Amino acid sequence: MSTRAGRRWSRRLGLVGPAVVPVLVLGAFFVLPVSGMLERGFFADGSFDPGAVLEVLGRPRVHRVLWFTVWSASVGTAVAVLLGLPAAYALHRLRFPGRDLVRAALLVPFVLPTVVVGVAFRELLGEAGPLGFLGLDGTAAAIIAGLVFFNVAVVIRAVGSTWESLDPRPAEAAAALGASPWQVLWTVTLPALRPAIVSAASVVFLFCATAFGVVLTLGAPHYSSVETEIYLLTTNLLDLQAAAALSILQLVAVVALLLVAGRLRRVADPTASRVRARPRRPVRGDVAALLSTALLLVLVAAPIATLVAGSLRVDGGWSLGNYRALTTDGTHQALLVPVTDALVTSLRTAVDATWMSLTLGLLVALVVTRRSRTRAERRVRIGLDGFFMLPLGVSAVTLGFGFLITLDHPPLDLRDSPMLVPIAQALVALPLVVRTIAPVLTGIDDRQRQAAASLGAGPLRTLLTVDLPVVWKPLLAAAGFAFAVSLGEFGATSFLSRDEHPTVPVVIYRLIDHPGPMNYGMALAASVVLAATTALVMLLVERLRVPSVGSL
Amino acid sequence: MKSTRALGALVTITAMAVTASGCSVIGGDSADDSSSSSSKVVLVTHDSFTLPKPLIRKFEQQSGYDLVVKAEGDAGQLTNKLVLTKDDPLGDVAFGVDNTFASRALEAGVFAPYSWDEPAGVSDYALPGDDAHALTPVDNGDVCVNVDDTWFKAHHQAPPRTMDDLTDPAYKGEFVLPGAATSSTGLAFLLATIAKYGDGWQGYWSRLMANDAEITSGWEQAYEVDFTQGGGKGDRPIVLSYDSSPAYTVPKGSSSSTTSALLDTCFRQVEYAGVLAGAANPKGAQAFVRFLDSQPAQAALPTSMYVFPVVDGVPLPKQWAKFAVQPDHPYTVDPADVAAHRAEWLQEWSDVTSR
Repeated sequence: MSTRAGRRWSRRLGLVGPAVVPVLVLGAFFVLPVSGMLERGFFADGSFDPGAVLEVLGRPRVHRVLWFTVWSASVGTAVAVLLGLPAAYALHRLRFPGRDLVRAALLVPFVLPTVVVGVAFRELLGEAGPLGFLGLDGTAAAIIAGLVFFNVAVVIRAVGSTWESLDPRPAEAAAALGASPWQVLWTVTLPALRPAIVSAASVVFLFCATAFGVVLTLGAPHYSSVETEIYLLTTNLLDLQAAAALSILQLVAVVALLLVAGRLRRVADPTASRVRARPRRPVRGDVAALLSTALLLVLVAAPIATLVAGSLRVDGGWSLGNYRALTTDGTHQALLVPVTDALVTSLRTAVDATWMSLTLGLLVALVVTRRSRTRAERRVRIGLDGFFMLPLGVSAVTLGFGFLITLDHPPLDLRDSPMLVPIAQALVALPLVVRTIAPVLTGIDDRQRQAAASLGAGPLRTLLTVDLPVVWKPLLAAAGFAFAVSLGEFGATSFLSRDEHPTVPVVIYRLIDHPGPMNYGMALAASVVLAATTALVMLLVERLRVPSVGSL
Repeated sequence: MKSTRALGALVTITAMAVTASGCSVIGGDSADDSSSSSSKVVLVTHDSFTLPKPLIRKFEQQSGYDLVVKAEGDAGQLTNKLVLTKDDPLGDVAFGVDNTFASRALEAGVFAPYSWDEPAGVSDYALPGDDAHALTPVDNGDVCVNVDDTWFKAHHQAPPRTMDDLTDPAYKGEFVLPGAATSSTGLAFLLATIAKYGDGWQGYWSRLMANDAEITSGWEQAYEVDFTQGGGKGDRPIVLSYDSSPAYTVPKGSSSSTTSALLDTCFRQVEYAGVLAGAANPKGAQAFVRFLDSQPAQAALPTSMYVFPVVDGVPLPKQWAKFAVQPDHPYTVDPADVAAHRAEWLQEWSDVTSR
């Protein structure tokens, strides 16, 4: 009796223990600030007034905004998945020259500051731009193209890493039994990939539905999403009641989405084998996937090429002047610190944001992926899983203003802390980290852990021998992701960063915002440097994936 | 193979550089400005605030305070942050609240009254309705329609001059401006049309839209992407910008500007500084307000922040004296009216422009 009770307690401890730190962090840096802002909305003039908040939801404009958010995000997600899957296959199952470079390059969009991409897209699609004849400027199609541009990397990374560690034998068996490549794909491969695809798609949908810069630069004034509307209501109109109403609406929608995604993600037998497919040379059947990847590369490269070309032009001629100017403070002292200094700040901040989000993400992923014994236990795990995805569903403005009004007294007097920026960035990256690691952990057969335990291994040793070898690669991929997110993050950062230590995206925005002969060119050059830095970091992550460790 | 190795080396070097650069904020040098609050004065301002470093150092030497600058977004965000944090202010002194947002901050009691012997000329720019004297004018500038003179010369066309001209079919498809709901520049122009046309402003905007005016989200997109003289070399020769913009479009070695501002289309913006109520260091805050209206700081405003001084007799930079011309009769709207009707006007503006 007593040992059984003891075991139950240790199981509960195993469930709750690792979750304590992430829950506390999220409580302090997410729940507290957001509820602080919501409270301001509900308690207008000191009295509780939920009616006024709910009245906002009846406004026709709110309905339009909501409808646009839902359908643009749906289309954006669908296109990102359709374009991302073949690329995930080509870049993770095939071996060809330049593969690592393409992989790194496709992640670059993810880190470009949206304001820069907005400008690049407009230069590309605007009346005077090379693609101006398409008449896409200011249309919903341009916004969706922007959403896909940013998010296709999520699909490639998240699905690719799972595809890479997929046991090739069932597919081979099916093929040996006479299944056509399409049948194998439909009946064997895709079902096995479903958790990863659903994971990636739900993250992409959340990113699309809460996209801010893209919708604002490419869509205003005709299109407004819930996110941009919250921004306008908060900063322009100080209509906190309406902002609170939309924030709650967004939260509810995110929770609903997570519940649906959670159901879809569940598979009958989520166990993956350790037999891994070695990447092979492309064969004729891979032509479609390779062509699709090439098309994607062109789509992603077009706006980036616009940026690069723009950064190399000075006074109508080709020149490296914009790059040389990066060590200066810009024309008419647009900057307080040169771009080179900002790059150092960005890199240092990214290091902090990365270890923070990795630590939190790993703990969360461990908690939510362990097999549940009871229904209550499973509910707790699903609840926790959703809880850590919530930061995706709240606007940076709400969070930023919330920081100001709630973290202003001891023990959390953090308004001026230099750690706020990396913490905020880590929270932004956290869902991505969890969604990259969790599907892999889910794929580990629990019997392996039981076997290890029965052979006398403690929990830590089990973790090291069973989980770590499998999770090693996705962990590095997640680290790269978190690093990239941190380098490119603008919303929360611009809100929290301190003047004397700006990050590169903040500096770029400042340059674009200041007239002067060199400033615009410098902004483009700084964007190119930021993109190149990210690509380099991603290449490094690729290099570090020491095969002998990863394929234990 | 060789290229792979070179790449590997490059990557390794970068990794080492990152490591050597101190790696992270923790353990870095960032804890240095938590020095005692009596020796520093904390300025809360918008992202566009800059003054030359030697000038700031001079202020620090003369006043004995260290200046800590906190940039808090654009003018709108800044105002709202000040309102939201008024019980526990973000700093001692604020600069950058302008006449389209100031009433809201005054109503909320963000600023502590501070009367002092202002230099000549400053009181001309005082905020209407600020009877307690909580805000001190620091600079002013006008949002005006700008035209690309070289483009019009090349196309043998006379540039427009008035707001009505912008609805003339001769200029169809030539005007680009940031939207009023998403940019403070755009809001200023909306207010100019409200000042000029009164209740007829919606009709004016309908005509403007019918004449194929393009609306962007921010000044950056309008000027840098669509305007023919912007960084992106767009294809619209008429843009909404500032009265000071022509001073920045003087080609190297030239003695004339390629653009000019239409002085009959302008809305005046005045930026204020004020001591925050509940400031930890009110004396330092007052010293900084006085510093902003001192001769050297006023003289540095045009090149640092593209705005005009408010103090009488401050010399302008050479380019400015020649190319940045201020309108004699800019449009204005009573700040109290703006505060009361902003939401309603923006709502109606959105309806008219998205039809």
